Amino acid sequence: MIDFVGKRYWFYLFSMLVVIPGTISLILPNGIREGIEFGSGTTFGFRFEQPVETEALRSALAELGHPDARIQRTRDGKFLVRTRVLEGGVTAPAIGPAPPSERENLESALEERFGTLVDSDGQPIHRFLEFSSVSASVSSDIVRNAALAVAFASLAILVYITLSFISVEQPVRFGVSAIVALLHDVLLVMGVASIFGRLFDFEIDTLFITAMLTIVGFSVHDSIVVFDRVRENARRAAAAGADVTLAETVNASLNQTLGRSLNTSITVVLTLIALILLGGETVRDFLIIMLIGLISGTYSSIFVASQLLVSWEEGDFAGLLPWRGGRTEEQPA
Amino acid sequence: MRRRSTQLALAFIAILTVFSVLVVWPSDPDRYLPDFVPWPEPGCVGPVCIGKGVRLPYIAIDRSTIRIDYLERREMRLGLDLRGGTRLVLEADISRNPDVDLDEALDSAVEVVERRVNAFGVAESITERVGNNRISVQLPGISAAEAIEKIGRTAQLQFMEMRRDAQGNVVIRNPDGSTSSMPFDQVSQSSSLIQLAEWTPVTAVGSDGIRREITGTYLDRGGIFVTRNLAGLPELRFEMNEEGAKLLGEATARLSNPPQPMAFFLDGEPIRGANGLIIAPFVRSQISDRGVIDGLSLSEAETLSTLLRTGAFPVPLTVVQQEDVDATLGDEAVVHSVQAGLIAIFVVMAFMTLYYRLPGLLASLALFVYVSLTLAVFKLWPVTVTSAGIAAFVLSVGMAVDANILIFERMKEELRVGRSLVGAIDAGFNRAWTSIRDSNVATLIICVILYWFGDQFAASLVKGFALTLALGVAVSMFSAIFVTRTFLRALIGSNVMQHLWLFGHDVEEARGPRAAEAAVRVGGAGLD
Repeated sequence: MIDFVGKRYWFYLFSMLVVIPGTISLILPNGIREGIEFGSGTTFGFRFEQPVETEALRSALAELGHPDARIQRTRDGKFLVRTRVLEGGVTAPAIGPAPPSERENLESALEERFGTLVDSDGQPIHRFLEFSSVSASVSSDIVRNAALAVAFASLAILVYITLSFISVEQPVRFGVSAIVALLHDVLLVMGVASIFGRLFDFEIDTLFITAMLTIVGFSVHDSIVVFDRVRENARRAAAAGADVTLAETVNASLNQTLGRSLNTSITVVLTLIALILLGGETVRDFLIIMLIGLISGTYSSIFVASQLLVSWEEGDFAGLLPWRGGRTEEQPA
Repeated sequence: MRRRSTQLALAFIAILTVFSVLVVWPSDPDRYLPDFVPWPEPGCVGPVCIGKGVRLPYIAIDRSTIRIDYLERREMRLGLDLRGGTRLVLEADISRNPDVDLDEALDSAVEVVERRVNAFGVAESITERVGNNRISVQLPGISAAEAIEKIGRTAQLQFMEMRRDAQGNVVIRNPDGSTSSMPFDQVSQSSSLIQLAEWTPVTAVGSDGIRREITGTYLDRGGIFVTRNLAGLPELRFEMNEEGAKLLGEATARLSNPPQPMAFFLDGEPIRGANGLIIAPFVRSQISDRGVIDGLSLSEAETLSTLLRTGAFPVPLTVVQQEDVDATLGDEAVVHSVQAGLIAIFVVMAFMTLYYRLPGLLASLALFVYVSLTLAVFKLWPVTVTSAGIAAFVLSVGMAVDANILIFERMKEELRVGRSLVGAIDAGFNRAWTSIRDSNVATLIICVILYWFGDQFAASLVKGFALTLALGVAVSMFSAIFVTRTFLRALIGSNVMQHLWLFGHDVEEARGPRAAEAAVRVGGAGLD
């Protein structure tokens, strides 16, 4: 039997080492880079004389500094592109030649790669058919609303777990520990997104929000499975009148559920790796975020949620609370 | 007895699976599936066609007629990110009221568009303001004509009365286009003359002392709904807001003495009943805060109520451009995802079979049932499948497998302490049930709250995710418990039950006294 409980401080240390850098990055200015959906931008439409593949255009635009452009082809072969705000620039200064605007640069760069830009009748015009500013396509409220929804869901989960664990002592602790593990996973992933934003220009978009929701669901699911075993073992110990501490019960439960935890993670990780390796380029970032979150979800249910139960029972953190003055927590009757 | 119920359950699962596979079968298998496998040629057996989606008969009741209708679902409904859809560009026309604040008007017009998109059940749209007087809206999976009909309507409701000339006679538009006038009494006697009458907006003096037309602006958005009257016919009920009640009360006091007809116009066109005639009921008494429009067909009443509920555009908008657009994530993303998803599922099946042997193989079969059943529900409901939905689906596959893993781990434990195989199977399911229940109920609670939030804040992305995940979790509980258990029970009494190693049980270990002792210690306080 592996002694998980005895090494819990190491696990807390490890979690902090992983979570804190991301959290710092998150708190610092520009903690998270919002994707183009959340801000205003520019859309422009154009048509080439020769047919062009969407993927070729995507990589060309990425080279021209717009890796996040939303590219759509209409059924009659026109491209519609949405980017961050571009300087339109047909407004020439009063004196001297006008400097080429971002728009003009883009027009000539695209012509250089893919051939002449034409109008709807196929006549060369060397410019975009339409060019206008657009508002945000996804209200930034969605981030706030999703966060609020997760907060409410956490409260509901707290209530459900407490009620479901009412037969064991201190049922609230199970709920709180599961929610702390959930916050651990959310913070970790947000932190990773923030660091990736600084290092690789990673931006959050609507897919990222879904990934976060998925991680929340998985994290709670995983914690409850372990807790359920703790509940069962605690009940049985009580019925047998055996004198076992919660630490022993939790440790035994973790050992019993370890096979399941690992196997479930392996199946999900296998699925995601298959999708990452073979799925389209556009969803890869999203899948990587999911993968990190799901691994964190498994880790936190074993090494955070369950260990917190023990720490709470043993009064590990009492010394950290000034008003408790280092007193050990009262043992439940 | 038990044997018989197991056989019935097996038959039920088999029929359900075959049906689901036929429903899900893509209309164009060559596009999604590897080409080295010989896929069957498209063809039909009864209501179900391979390669053409599904066509299911159902009984439809509309007004007093009962008929057989067909539910046709050829393709999975995919979101904008996966399949693309229609793009409409709406332009504001402020020529008629130039002093309106265009910026504000367009912001509220965007809101109206989004409310309509949600109310009509079109999921995951993109609405953007373009330039200074346009709105671009992209809608997945509907045709341009449908999009214009649902989203592009100005939805300005007007209350109209018959136009009178200076002598108080009713103006009639003759079939040849000329107009003539007739005494009111003569017109009101003849329903065909009423149909020919010219109409003019009903006006009343508002609380600010200014005379104005009564329009949909004065409707109370929360008070518009479709009901059925005593005869079972649909009717549209509406309520006016405070100012509207004052205006309508004043106008109907005048129109009820003598009773005169009142018509309703939407976007300048009279609303016609199911019989094609203009709806123009006689006002028999003063009405103020609420009214009824009847004589509509059910579908018209529902469309009308949705348009009114979501409000009129603050400025007239016209559709200036319409085009079909490809998927935002690129067409390749869908094909890649489908193929990667298939491979992922096979990898999971292989893992389960290698690790858990026979039960793993059965779980793989159950997973196949799960996947086809869930996709069939997605297709028939229909659920708009987006990349976010695929994420939810992947997660629910994980949860479906997780339930089986929980059960099998328990079975192995029970075998280790020396239970019989039949006993271990039952105990495995019973012991694992509480964790499966609690973890899945918790996930469902999350789904309910996310769905509710998405609904409150028009975040259709969150809503779609929650719906997909909830469906997946519900079906996964069915497959992991009912389907896997049925498969295992079907094996009871057969030869394979003699080979415990098929169940991942190491016989040597089980016979040793130390194993039982270890299990007791692991259990903390002894197993029963």
